[in-house]
Formats: sequence, C-alpha cells, structure tokens
Amino acid sequence: METAGSKAIEVTDLTVAYQDKPVLWDIDLNVPPGVLLSIVGPNGAGKTTLIKAILGLVRPAAGSVLIYNKPYEAQRQIVGYVPQRGSVDWDFPTNVLDVVMMGRYGALGWVRRPGRQERELALQALEKVGMAVYATRQISQLSGGQQQRVFLARALVQDATVYLMDEPFQGVDATTERAIVTLLQELRANGKTVVVVHHDLQTVSDYFDWVMLLNIRRIASGPVDEVFTPDNLRETYGGRVAFMKTGK
Amino acid sequence: MESLSILIHLDYTLMIVAIGAALLGTVSGALGTYAVLRRQSLLGDAISHAALPGIAIAFLLTGSKTPLILVLGAAIAGWLGTLLIMSIVRLTRIKYDSALAIVLSTFFGVGLVLHTLIQRTGNANQAGLDTFLFGQAATILERDVLTIGILGGASIIVTLVFWKELKLLVFDEDFAASLGFPTRTLDILLTSLLVIAIVLGLQAVGAVLMSAMLVAPAVAARQWTNRLRLMVFLAGCFGALAGVSGTIISSTASRIPTGPTIVLCATVVVGISIAFAPNRGLVWHRIRHQRNRRDLKMAAEAQE
Amino acid sequence: MIHNHLDILLIAIVTAVACALPGVFLVLRRMTLMSDAISHAILPGIVLAFFLTESLSSPLLILAAAGTGVLTVLFVELLQRTKLVKEDAAIGLTFPALFSIGVILISRFAGNVHLDMDAVLLGELAIAPLNRLKAFGYDLGPVALYVMGTILVLNLIFIFVFYKELKLATFDASLAAALGFTPTLIHYGLMTLVSVTTVGAFDAVGSILVVALIAGPPATAYLMTDKLSRMLILSAIIGSVNAVSGYWFASLFDVSIAGAIATMTLLVFGVIFLVVPNRGLIAIARRHARQKWEFAQTMLVIHLFNHEGLPEAETESAIADLHEHLSWDPTFTTQVVRYALHNRCVSQDEAQLILTEQGRAIAQQALVQ
Repeated sequence: METAGSKAIEVTDLTVAYQDKPVLWDIDLNVPPGVLLSIVGPNGAGKTTLIKAILGLVRPAAGSVLIYNKPYEAQRQIVGYVPQRGSVDWDFPTNVLDVVMMGRYGALGWVRRPGRQERELALQALEKVGMAVYATRQISQLSGGQQQRVFLARALVQDATVYLMDEPFQGVDATTERAIVTLLQELRANGKTVVVVHHDLQTVSDYFDWVMLLNIRRIASGPVDEVFTPDNLRETYGGRVAFMKTGK
Repeated sequence: MESLSILIHLDYTLMIVAIGAALLGTVSGALGTYAVLRRQSLLGDAISHAALPGIAIAFLLTGSKTPLILVLGAAIAGWLGTLLIMSIVRLTRIKYDSALAIVLSTFFGVGLVLHTLIQRTGNANQAGLDTFLFGQAATILERDVLTIGILGGASIIVTLVFWKELKLLVFDEDFAASLGFPTRTLDILLTSLLVIAIVLGLQAVGAVLMSAMLVAPAVAARQWTNRLRLMVFLAGCFGALAGVSGTIISSTASRIPTGPTIVLCATVVVGISIAFAPNRGLVWHRIRHQRNRRDLKMAAEAQE
Repeated sequence: MIHNHLDILLIAIVTAVACALPGVFLVLRRMTLMSDAISHAILPGIVLAFFLTESLSSPLLILAAAGTGVLTVLFVELLQRTKLVKEDAAIGLTFPALFSIGVILISRFAGNVHLDMDAVLLGELAIAPLNRLKAFGYDLGPVALYVMGTILVLNLIFIFVFYKELKLATFDASLAAALGFTPTLIHYGLMTLVSVTTVGAFDAVGSILVVALIAGPPATAYLMTDKLSRMLILSAIIGSVNAVSGYWFASLFDVSIAGAIATMTLLVFGVIFLVVPNRGLIAIARRHARQKWEFAQTMLVIHLFNHEGLPEAETESAIADLHEHLSWDPTFTTQVVRYALHNRCVSQDEAQLILTEQGRAIAQQALVQ
C-alpha cells in the first residue's frame, strides 16, 4: 500500500514533548497522495499536536516531517491549514471576505496587499462552500457552521495540495457537515491529500478512506477497511468503546 | 458664539499643547487598538508603571533631564517589564493577571526607591514624580510636539507598512505561523510600538491614566465599525478628540488638571459609543428587541 | 525614636498580612487586576466622604471607599455583560475614569492642603504612627495600627468562616452554585473585603503599591505549594518578611518605605522563582539536564520497540542510520546509544541495536502512561 516515492506526508519517528511531558511518542505516518485520512483518538491523544508538528508550529524532540519529500519550510505553498474554530476571537473587526483572503497572505509575501485577484479567488472559494452571499458579513454574526465554512474557504484559496484540518466537524450543523464532506470528497477527486482530526467514530468509515488511530503513540494507520477494527479501537481508547460501526 | 469665543481664547501656547495632546491621542488610540484586540488592555498599565525605574536610572546614569534620554530609559524599563511578565507566564503556573500586577507594582516600587535616592541628592524634586504620575500636558513645547510627531508618526507608518502581517498576527497567530510569518518577531514589533506610544503618552496623561488612553479610544471605535481599518482610524480620531477637548476644557477654568480631563473626555466618547452606536449600541439593541417582539406579536395575532 | 520605629514596623507587618490573605483568592481566581482597579477607583469615594466629614480618619471614609470599590466591580461586570467590551478592557476603562474624577475633585475643591495626591498614590508609612489613638489621656498607639488590625481580624474571620465556600467557589464555581453556595455572594463578599483592605492600606503604602502587597506574596506562595491552607499561611509569612526586610532596607538607605517593601516583594519573588524546589527555574534546568539523557534513551527504546519484528526493523535499528530516523545530531545519537548500552537497555549486534528485556520494559511502561 505504501509505495516508496509517493508520499504526500511522511512523518518519521516523531516525538514531541511539552517541557518534560511527552505528547507524542515516536510517531510514524505515511500518507499517500490523494487520500482522505482522519486522525482519531481520545482527548489528549496528541491529535492537534501532530497537526501542529507537521506544520512546524511545535518543535519535535526527535524525528522529522516531510511533505512530498521536502521539509515543511520548503513546501509551505502547497500546504493548507484549517485551525480549530475556537482558536480565534470571532468578534475581531473584520468580514468574511477579509478572513478568506488571509489564505493568500502567504503567497503574497511581505508587505504586499491583497488586490483584485485575491478578491476573485476568495469569492470563488466562498462560492464553493456556499457562503458567497455572506462575503461582506461581519464574522461575529456567523453561526458555528458558517464560521467553519469560512475557515475552509480560507484554506481553499491557499490552493494547496495537502490540507490539514483540525476538528472541522466540531459543533457544526448537519447541513454544514454534509457540505464539508462533499467538499472533502471533491478535494480528493482532484488529487489532493486531506488530513482531518476527527472525533466522531460513527462517521469515520462513511467519510474517510484512511484512518490513523492515535493515543500518544500510533496504534495503527492505513485504509479504513484494514485498520478501523474493534481491536485497534479498544487499544486506542482503552476499552472504552462500546458500540461502533467499524470498517468490516 | 460659544465656540467662537473659545477659538479666540486659543492662544499660541494652548494651541501647541492642544496639537501635542491631539498627536498623542492619535498615536495611543491607533496603537491601543491592537492591545485591546489582543486582550492586553492592561499591559499598557503595567508598561507605564514599569517605566519609572527606567526614567530614574537614565537620570542617575546620565545626570541629564533631556526628554529623549528619559524616554529611552522609560522604554527600556517598560520593555523589560513586558518581557518579565511573558517569562513568568511561560515558565511558571502564575497566570497573566498576577504576573502583570506584580511587575506593575514592584517595578513602580523600585522606581520610587530610586526616586527618593535622587531626591536626597538634591537633584530633583517631587515635581518630577508628579509629572510621571499625572503627566504635564500643559507644559508641552514645540520641541516636544516635534518629538511626538516624528516618533508617533514613525510608529503609525510601521503599522501601515506591516498592516497585513499585524492583522493576521492579532486574528490568528497559528495560521500566520503556518504561512511562514515570524510571529515572534511580529509580536516583538507590535509590543515595541505599544511601548513607544506609552512612553510618549506618559508626558500628557501620566502613568496612572495612560491605560485609558490606549483602551478608551479603541473600545469606542469598535462600536462604530466592524472593519479593522476604520477601527484604527476612528480610534486615532477619538484619541485626538479627547486630547484636544480635554486640553481646552481644562484651560477654561483654573485648577482642572489636564490629564484626568483628557481621560474623562475619552470616557465620555466611550459612553456615547456604547449607548448610541448603530448596530452594536445598547439603544439600538433595545429598539431592535422591541421591534422584534412587536413583529412576533403581530404575526401571532394574524395567525389567530 | 525606637518607639516610632516599632510602630512603623508593626503597621507594615499587619498591613502586609491583611493584604496577602484576600490576595490569595484573587491570584487563584485570576482577578488580581481587580485590586489594581479598586485601589484606584475608590478615590472619588474617599474624596466625597472627606468633603462630608472634613476628616481623613473618619470611619465613613472607609465605608465610602469600600462602597465605591464594590461599585467598581459591579460596573466592570455590567460593561462586560453588554458583550461590547471584554473584561480586560472593561477594567482598563473603569478605573482611570473614576480615578480621574477623584483627581479633578481634589484639585478643584480641596486644594493641596488636606488631601494630598501623593499620599493617596504613594502613601507615607513614616508619618502613619503620628496619628495616635488616645483614651482617658493614655496613648494607646497609632490609629493606623488599630485600623489595619481590625481589617486583618475581619479578613481572618471571613476566610475562617467561609473557608469551605471560598475554596469551592475558587476551584469549581459551577459545583459551588449547584450546591447552593451562590458564588456571586462569596464573590462580592471577597470584593468588599478587598476594597476595605485596600482603603486601610492606602494610608500606609498608597494605591499603586498596595497591589504589590496583594499580589506579590500570594503569587510567590503559589510557586511553593499546592495546598490552599498552606498557601494562605505562606503568603502571610512572605508578606511579613517583605515588610520587615523592606523597612530595614528603607532605613538603611533612607528611601521610601513603601517603595522598599515593593522592591523586596520583587526580590523575594525573584529568588523563589529561581530556587524553589520542583518549580523553580534552577530546578527545571537541572531536571532538564538530568532528564535529557533519560528522555533520549526512552525515545530510543520506544523507537526500537515500535519497529521490532517489522520488515523495516533492520534499517530502523541500524546504528549508523539512527540519527537520520530520529533527526538527531550524529554525535548526540552516538552519546545516547552509549548511554543506553551502558544502562543495558539495548545490546549491540554488529551494526544493529537490539532491545534488551529491560529496554522493552521501559518502552512499554512509557507508552502505557
């Protein structure tokens, strides 16, 4: 399954510690291009930390991360990031279009301001997430689902090849959840690689084709059919999983 | 007619003071916006108090009372205070508020000790400390206006040049870092700009009231707009408005200190904004609430 | 004037302890800046009461100030509740406004004669003992000592009586509410206490340095202990130490007593910050140095353990390739391998590292945690 030379993300022996407390132990993860992978694990399993480590936001104690065979610093332009919705202040004085345009800031580089082209791209991305009519709306007036769509649109304008999303389904309504799933599948159809931190075990096999089970160490990763087994889940959650629709 | 007579009363000295206060109000209002948005409203209070030992040490070292040297000392001490607050929060379990309170009060205490030392050598008098505490807007000279204009103007230009980067930093630091922007450097830049605004403002309103000059214009501006651009601009205007009106009001009668008057003017602007600003204001809310209720009631009646 | 010295010292200690006790709860509840706000905002209350009574020592002053203090807290909360202003900004708006009103009232109507702004902001411990309490022709000691003593006793009683409630409201406000303890009541009780204490301490140390007395000792104690009761006692002790050493320092160099106490507060905090066992900077650095090898060894055995028996094991455990897998510096890798070999966590089989039983146990244990 994991053929050499075709790795969108390659995490090798990654250990991350906050001060003296290890958060991730020796993680290996290979994500081939064009898969939809969900990272699943209990609270405090290090899911967000893994995403942040891949993005170079936290420094690992050991191990390395490669995106298409190069370190993240060299591949920023092809990576899109959707942070947790709750990580920002939604009362910030700005509107939807402005937030989405922030996705182009990296490509713009220092000092240069977004112009008409960025505006166009942002509007297209908003169209894709069904938020075009809200372009001029102040972000504090959005519902949770709408906020999430705005964040997704911001990642879309990054026009990345690899997407990392932290809990995009957190606290969104059913319509938004369906819209996000459609979007994720569209991205995969276009050959993008998408990694999603997810915690609704019920929907893993419906939404994703790959899964990584994580609890400070990697329990298993691979195609949902092979990996999403009761045994692996029990090992991840320590026997706390009762009823679960698994891959088999 | 009233305003005409005020205009005539605007003699040259007062005009200089008013211009100085307006410039200071603009700078602190515009830069204070970032502090308020980052929920660091009280960092300004800590920096302004922490500046005292810096001023005292600068004076002890150089023996000079040149404003620029004292301002430099104040800026360094304010900076060190900020650094200490951040280190305490990062390295211990003490929370931000306590770290702030400790640095604010104890740095000030150290400054007070140094001040009494200076006083004992007969080089200074109580007036120096009063100036630090309450500012001396009334003594702003042409030269000071020039300093304020150059330093303040430079800070505002820097925020304009790095507009996009600072905005992203304040809104979503992690995302900014993921795009490759050096968030730490940007953070240092923004804090330095804040320190500059504060040490300049000390002259007008003093350490005790400085935080109001950072917070009040920004809070008022936030009520009128949902755009950062307009918020920074309005905060600058409100700051200038408070500076000028405070200066003029305090000049109309004897024994009305300028600094507190400026602060009260800024507070009045906040009050008006919170009450009457469209969309966000309290009055607006009340009206919309009542209209909604009436509409609901009418809809219910129509159904019956 | 030995007598005078002792009086000053006593006032300083009593004030420091009286401030430190409610300060513990402010530090734990992340409300320390409220004390900064209150100490400034009570000025108009004091001024108005002074206009009414024309006396600085009237108990009405304390009542008025305490009332203004509670009003300040209420006002900050009201501002916050509009959702238009965040908590920090609400504090930053409220106290300068009230303080400005106080300053303007003083300079407009009181002149500089009776109510001195410097006294309000900076206090003057040195003259505190001059105002004596006299009864039947006997000198019973300085008034300030009685005032602060009473406040200290009040604080002690409040904390003693409501200890359980305070503890619960501090660590789990929702549970306290569910149990019917109304955290709001406890909150306002505490805030009243802080206001009263601040006014009392005003005379001695002024409104800026009172913050050092309220926040300094509890924050220092917080670095030393996890237990609330111990934190209270430690805060009181640290407060006294700061007061005594500050007074001694001030007499030695003939500088402001209040300033010196605040300086000592910073110094004591700094020293504890550096040297306290477990949480101090030095302890952290030493633990870090000690654990660096331990931690690296654990990383190594876990690495070997994770790849044990898998097809890739051969390359993953090759000594020459280890540094590449772990992205470690080659010299560091060699040192870690030597350390692990020495501890018999791994054994060497030509170019390969092999886990020993002991190494496997370490890996398993680390992963279970």
